Order: sequence, then C-alpha cells, then structure tokens
Amino acid sequence: MKTQKADPRGVLTGVHFMDGDHACCEGALAAGSRFASGYPITPSTEVVERFAARVPMVGGTFIQMEDELAASITLQGAVWGGAKAFTVTSGPGFSLMMEHIGYAAMTETPCVFVDVQRGGPSTGLPTLPAQADMQQARWGSHGDYEIIALCPNSPQECFDLTIKAFNLAEEFRVPVMFMMDECVGHMTEKVVIPPADQIDVVPRRHTRKSVDDYLPYGTNGDQVPEMAHAGEGYKFHITGLTHDERGYPNMTPPMQDKLVRRLQSKILDAADRIAMFEEEQLEGADVVVVSYGITSRVAQRAIEAARKKGMRVGKLRLITAWPFPDKKIREIAAKVKAFVVPELNLGQMVREVERAAAGKAKTFAVSHAGGGVHNPENILKVIVEASRCQTA
Amino acid sequence: MPDSLITDLGKNEVVDLAGNPVEQFLRSDRMPHIWCPGCGIGTTVNSFARALIESKIDLQSLALVSGIGCTGRVAGYVKLDSFHTTHGRAIPFATGLKLANPKLNVVVYSGDGDLSAIGGNHLIHAARRNIDLKVICVNNLLYAMTGGQTAPTTPGHATTSTNPYGTFEPSFNLPHLVEAAGAVYVARWTTFHVRQLARSISEAFKKKGFSFIEVISPCPTLYQRRNKMGDGLDAMKFYKEKSKVKNGAPTSEVGLTLTGEIAVGKFVDRDRPDYLDLMKTQYTESLGAKYVEQPPVEPEMVCDCS
Repeated sequence: MKTQKADPRGVLTGVHFMDGDHACCEGALAAGSRFASGYPITPSTEVVERFAARVPMVGGTFIQMEDELAASITLQGAVWGGAKAFTVTSGPGFSLMMEHIGYAAMTETPCVFVDVQRGGPSTGLPTLPAQADMQQARWGSHGDYEIIALCPNSPQECFDLTIKAFNLAEEFRVPVMFMMDECVGHMTEKVVIPPADQIDVVPRRHTRKSVDDYLPYGTNGDQVPEMAHAGEGYKFHITGLTHDERGYPNMTPPMQDKLVRRLQSKILDAADRIAMFEEEQLEGADVVVVSYGITSRVAQRAIEAARKKGMRVGKLRLITAWPFPDKKIREIAAKVKAFVVPELNLGQMVREVERAAAGKAKTFAVSHAGGGVHNPENILKVIVEASRCQTA
Repeated sequence: MPDSLITDLGKNEVVDLAGNPVEQFLRSDRMPHIWCPGCGIGTTVNSFARALIESKIDLQSLALVSGIGCTGRVAGYVKLDSFHTTHGRAIPFATGLKLANPKLNVVVYSGDGDLSAIGGNHLIHAARRNIDLKVICVNNLLYAMTGGQTAPTTPGHATTSTNPYGTFEPSFNLPHLVEAAGAVYVARWTTFHVRQLARSISEAFKKKGFSFIEVISPCPTLYQRRNKMGDGLDAMKFYKEKSKVKNGAPTSEVGLTLTGEIAVGKFVDRDRPDYLDLMKTQYTESLGAKYVEQPPVEPEMVCDCS
C-alpha cells in the first residue's frame, strides 16, 4: 500500500509524558484525522476532550452528539464528505454503536472506533478496567462481516497503533476497533512522537476513474473498491442494503453471497499481513502465555517468575486481536504443551486460542471479572499447572 | 403534465415538452420504483425535482440522505450523491457530511417514523444546533414499509395494525416540535399542493440553517384502506377539501386529527446563525490567529488499486 508522510500540522513532535487516552488523540491527529464525533463516557472521554482542544488549531471539527447512536454515524457522514474520522467510547456506548459498525462494514466506510474498555455488563464499573468487549468488537453487529481490532498495551502504543488503525481502515475500507482498556487509557508514561516525515499514513483509496467509468463497488481484481466523495460529481449511491457494484440495492441470494463473502475475504485473505504480535522465547517453550492490553504487562511478571523457577515459558502478545492470528497459534501449538491465556474477562480470546490450537496443545484460561488487574501470582499458578500437564 | 404548470415554475427555463423534465434527476435504470399505486412519495419527489429546476441549485454540490422506510428509498432513485443510511440516523449522517464539507448542500429526505420516532432525538438536536440541513419529512401518518403500524404522528382514533381498535396515544405536531427546537424554516403541504411544495423546497434551499418541510402524503395500502378513506384519488379530494392555507399560523395550532382541518403553509421563516457560523465566531473569539478555519487542503489522493 502506498503511503504518504503525515501532515506536520497535526503532529506534536517531541517527547511527552502523556496518558493513553491523550496519546490516542495525538495518534489520530498524526494519522490525518480531522473529524471526531463523540458522546461523553468514562473512561474514554479524555480522548475527545483533547481532540476538541487541539483540532480548531489544525483545521478540523469535533462535534459532541446527542448520543452514541448519532456519534457513530456522524463520523461516517464525515468520511463520505472527505474526512478521516473516528469516535471514542466505552462499553455501554460501544453497545449502542454496534448498528453503525455494521453499516460501516457493509458500506465499506473507512473509520476508527476507539473503545476504552471498562467493567460490564451494563453500567458495570465505569472507572475500572476490563477486557470484556473483545468478542463484542468482533461479533457485536448483526450479520456476517469482518473487522480489524488492535490492542495497545502502553500510551506509546496508543499513539503508534492509532495511526496504524487509521491506515488499516483506509487500506481495507473497514471499521477498525481500537481496543484500549481503562488502565492503558489512564496510564501516564513517556510517549515519543516522531517528526511528521517519519510517520507513514495511508491515503484514501480515492478513484481516479471518470464519472462514467466509476463503479462505487467495482473491485477490479482487488477486493477493496475505490472511493469517491460527495460533491465531486460522481453522483453515487450508498446503501446498507445488499447492493451490486453500482451501489444499487440488489436483494438476491446470489448478490448477498457475492457481497458478504467479499467483505469477509478482503480481510481474512490478508490476515497474515494484518497480524501483529510481540513474541519472546517461543523456541523451546513448554508453555506460551498469550495476552494483550494491560494484562500483557501483568503477565510479564508471572512469565519472568516462572522462568526463574526454571520453567520454559514463551510469550505471545496479541497486538492484532481480529482477524485472530490463527496461523501463529497453530504453529506454536504444534511445538508446545500448553497455552495460558490471562485476560480481564471470563474467557473471550481464550476461546480463539483453543479453537486455533485445535487440540494440539492444551489451553488454560486465567479469568478475571474486571475492576482491577490480575495478581501475577494467579497467572504463575496456572503456568505451573500448565507446565505439568500431559502433552495433548 | 399541463404546460401551464411547467412554465409556471421557471420563466427562463427551456423545457423539452416531449420528455419528462424531472427525468434528468432520476436514476431511470432503477425504475420501476417500489412505491404502491396511489402512494404520495413519488409526487413529493416530482416536486423536489421541480424545486431543483426552479432554484437552479448546483447539482454537483447537492447530496441527499435518507433513513429507512418507504420514504427512505428516495435516496436510491435520485441521480445525486445519495446515502441510504440506517433507521432514524439520516440526520446525524447528514450532519457529518455537512461539517466535513461545508460547501455541500445537504438534503435529508425521510419519513415521519424514521425522523420523529427512532430519529426523534437527532431531529430536535439538529434543529437546536441549527445545522444547515434541508429536511423533507414525508408524513404518511404511520409505518408503511413494515405494514401499517402506529407512528408518533398517527392521529387519534385511526386504525393501524398495532392499534386495531383505534389509536389512543397523543401524536406529535411536527411543525410545533421543530419550531420549539429551533428550526429557521418550517412549512407543511400535502401531496395535493405540488406547486406550493416545490416553491417551499426552493425557498428552503435559500435559507441557511435547519429547515423542515412536512408533506402529508397518502398511504392507500395501509392507512386509507384500514381507515376506510378510499384510494389515492380519494386522498387528493380529502386533502383538497380539508386543507387550509395558514401562512404564519402559530405552530401550536396546526396539529392534525383524523378527519379535521389540515393547516398548510409556511409557518416559520426566521434567521439565526447556523452551527458553522457559531463555531467560527466562537473559535475566532477564543483562539484569535491560532484558529485554523478550513480543513487543510486534501493531500493528493493516491490509489494503487487500479
């Protein structure tokens, strides 16, 4: 994918002491986003508060909408008007946004949904962390579709990966879920923002075709169609109904099959390229701890403690949660005894690990209902248990 | 179409009487449309198209946004940049479109259920903000696409599929609602008033701010039939008989009943700064030279997909 250098007007180059929410906002600005619509919700609001303060000075718009239903589609109107746009929320708001995540998937509207996860269900724990929206991010809207989801584990990654989220959204014309958690959002650390000429941004896949030749959902061999914006003379039609290459409603089983399979395969065919993870000492490991977000930092301590006890423990940190890196898990499963999956929920991504491992390695969940982080001792106990298990 | 109507619309226009003057605004390749015989939505589209001729509005800068429902299908039939969005959310989508590209003229074209029930919150907030949108609300007094259920606009005692013994919950008076919320232009016509409707739409194009035009429109299949009000033609006779032009009438007095008077006309025409003006003024006041008004010029769009 061709990239451009970031617009320096949005890039706050320098070394900062910044929390994850603010770093996410700076990442959005660096990625070229000049539009956000939001609705206040703890613990995510700081992202748009900073955007509201910064964007009038770099040329753009923040609008606080009347609810998350509005916020999650206002940004899509802005995308079709030519902007790079995002919205920010937490669990209860994320639930309200599901319909428009489906709309973005169906209409192939590139955009970013940031979810700073807190404890649920319902109002749950407004100020305390969880990682319990991970399956909702994947399956929350109705129908079959694919999204991309990223999980930062530090303020620095909140900056770096927000740029990546926008880039993936543009490359694949897909809504990207940016799955933070309360700890990462409110944690303050060093954040290095490089000069604009060291930041690559993916521009919109804007068509160069003439008005007569342009098909809004024509794919030309590539699975991702080209876009046009309102006001350019293309007079195109966009609908959430099942549609043909012209964007016209065509509600037939063959068209449904063709469209929905393409929406799926444009992401899944590129899954290996999208997959990002951090790995450590996988070679020769008996047990591999799979984690993401804040839990990966807590798990690190348990991993190191286990190694001190002489256990051979590898680490796989998921940076891309969706599409799930099946291939990587499959490869590891063939060589290790077991996976240990700590997460701030009662067992969400562990299901994926178990599925991808396909019985070749055992899978141990270390669940936590949220509201805090794991005690590393509890993860260590499961690592010990896993290392003693019989090979599957 | 009588010649007199066409010439009435624009003194300088050149009209090819052999063809249909509104066809240029329609996606002919999508015809026939889905609307029932006697339905009024097509009539409103005709008036809308005539307003486009009359106002000479730049079609390239015009975008149309619909929600879901029978009227929601309008976006699919007009040859414009057109967006068929989700149920109730045409207004927030249109808000984003307008704010991202303020040069666009954005029309929201949707039904009463879509705009005032599921989308009611967005309707009042867009009016409050005075976002520069032209909202055309085709009010057929119920949910038609789903089979004739009660809507917030259904008049008392009307029979619907969900109130088979007659509705009893009070209905919305939409002009009153949107005026109270802040709309700068509010009018109501019926599908009998095709010329007046076209003129109102043209007027709204000239207004800056949140404009709302309600069009009372028949649903012969579900509303007329269940309420023994005849077919589409009977609806026209009914509208002709019951309508009374009341320009400037207090909107509190224009609520609709099952068989009573239908007040039509332009009820509100006032000026107040729109959202973008207010935003610009506030930022300029607070930030001075640091305020960057326009979004930066788009970098050259590169696509490696062809």
